[in-house]
Amino acid sequence: MTDLTQLGVRACLAGLQAGDFSSLELTQALLQRIDALEPQIHAFLTLTPEKALAAAKNADKLRASQPDDLPPLTGLPLAVKDVLCLEGVRTTCGSKILENFIPPFTATAVQRLLDAGVVPLGKTNTDEFAMGSSTENSAYGPSRNPWNTGRVPGGSSGGSAAAVAARMTPAAFGTDTGGSVRQPCSFCGATGIKPTYGRTSRYGLVAYGSSLDTVGMIARNVADVATLFQHMAGFDPLDATSVQLPVPEYTLPESDSLKGLRVGVPEEYFIEGIQPEVEERVRAAIAQLEAQGATAIPIHLPHTEYALPVYYLIAPAEASANLARYDGIRFGPRLGEDNNLWSLFTETRGRLFGPEVKRRIMLGTYALSAGYYDAYYGKAQKVRTLIKRDFDLAFEQVDVIAAPVAPTTAFKFGQHTDDPLAMYLEDVFTLPANLAGVPGLAFPVGPDSDGMPVGMQLMGPHFREDLLFQVGHAYQLATPWHENWPE
Amino acid sequence: MKLTIEEVEHIAALARLELTEEEQQRYAEQLSDVLDYAARLDELATDQIPPTASVLDLQLRLREDRSRPGLPTKDVLKNAANTRDDQFQVPPILGGQE
Repeated sequence: MTDLTQLGVRACLAGLQAGDFSSLELTQALLQRIDALEPQIHAFLTLTPEKALAAAKNADKLRASQPDDLPPLTGLPLAVKDVLCLEGVRTTCGSKILENFIPPFTATAVQRLLDAGVVPLGKTNTDEFAMGSSTENSAYGPSRNPWNTGRVPGGSSGGSAAAVAARMTPAAFGTDTGGSVRQPCSFCGATGIKPTYGRTSRYGLVAYGSSLDTVGMIARNVADVATLFQHMAGFDPLDATSVQLPVPEYTLPESDSLKGLRVGVPEEYFIEGIQPEVEERVRAAIAQLEAQGATAIPIHLPHTEYALPVYYLIAPAEASANLARYDGIRFGPRLGEDNNLWSLFTETRGRLFGPEVKRRIMLGTYALSAGYYDAYYGKAQKVRTLIKRDFDLAFEQVDVIAAPVAPTTAFKFGQHTDDPLAMYLEDVFTLPANLAGVPGLAFPVGPDSDGMPVGMQLMGPHFREDLLFQVGHAYQLATPWHENWPE
Repeated sequence: MKLTIEEVEHIAALARLELTEEEQQRYAEQLSDVLDYAARLDELATDQIPPTASVLDLQLRLREDRSRPGLPTKDVLKNAANTRDDQFQVPPILGGQE
């Protein structure tokens, strides 16, 4: 019998459809693998085996009783990043301040896939409130990279990427505010989409940086990601910045030809300090796109170097406002002296938020405070306009932009924990897409000399996820890297 | 630019965070590093540049002005540490510090 845990999304759906195995068998196989590997990987914060087995049984019953009127993803197991609410299941955001939070509702993006028939396996680990690039900021301990457990899986959706790479799940929800889907995909050799801002609903996503947050998907290959994204995307009246545009059919090419495609190669993404093998692999992948018929065109995104300071003013500013709601009153444990409101606020927040979250709240509070607003937050929002204009101009010349996801492959635990600025520099190539609101698709383009995966990202104009999927899929038709997984 | 401990205390109070002395020291240094790094934005002339209000060129919409059911009270209250009579319970607002 095939090992069911090795199957991707479409292979699972085909097998379920053909009756080769049941959702219950598939779900049990994955839960067993999770049990066996969790001590090494720690990808999950909460497992929901009872819920999963019940949903799987239900899916099998449904498939038997109404085979002609079946939701498209019936019986497909999936993991959910622990910053997305799932009704009745603990949602911690990797934080002690939400240690026992049981949301009374489900995030729209998750609900849509539940409606399409998926079986939730559990909630995956994340840097606290999605603030981090390694999962080392999770209050519940870091996840480990399945390719080498001495390395980080990336972050903040590190639990999701590690779970996919370790074949604990065929796919997992991620969220991307500054690279949190793409960078862990790069570090773990997975494929993931960071959608256009507004393309997926943020309702039920615990807010971090509201003008930057997006809900994405991580899986084994582009076609699997596109299959799930088809059902996640779209307008939601519950999210004021959700966009009322129709979602196209994400049909994928059968040929690997990229004839006529113009691929922009931004010089500013191949800077000094980038790991030489990352540059080699990404340039080789661009040459591969050319071999398939695309034309590579050198372009400039001149304000790229300013994305980092802009992001680390805007995101903390938004976070400092969003995280004001954790005051010990409506959720979480309550600390402080009896009958003293000030002490309730400051002690609850001071003791239950972790160091990085406090650092960003402090930074954001400072950037918004009287006398400094214009110099920091106001200035950053102006430079953000320049960064967005760089992309607008670039997309007049090219169809997509190809670039490395991160300057290095997965780094070792502890390498950046004492130096926040060094950790922030890991995000230097992912932040611009969030600041401009454009979509990004990350996928593996081969290993470095230590065998660690290198990731490339394709960025496209607003709402052109379809184009990114087509190009990424054509690349994966011609190359084997997305089929490589750790033992 | 180096943040002073007094400035760190002030920001922490605005953010309602109790910090240990060690945290104050550490954040004074680390936030100063990040703000120094952010100062490179001053290299760019932005007088004529509008701030980004939204990354999308779309109009915000209004929702229909119609009531719809909210979440059940017991579900909303169940995550709170202290509740009474179907309400969140809080310490007295007046008479405390600040």
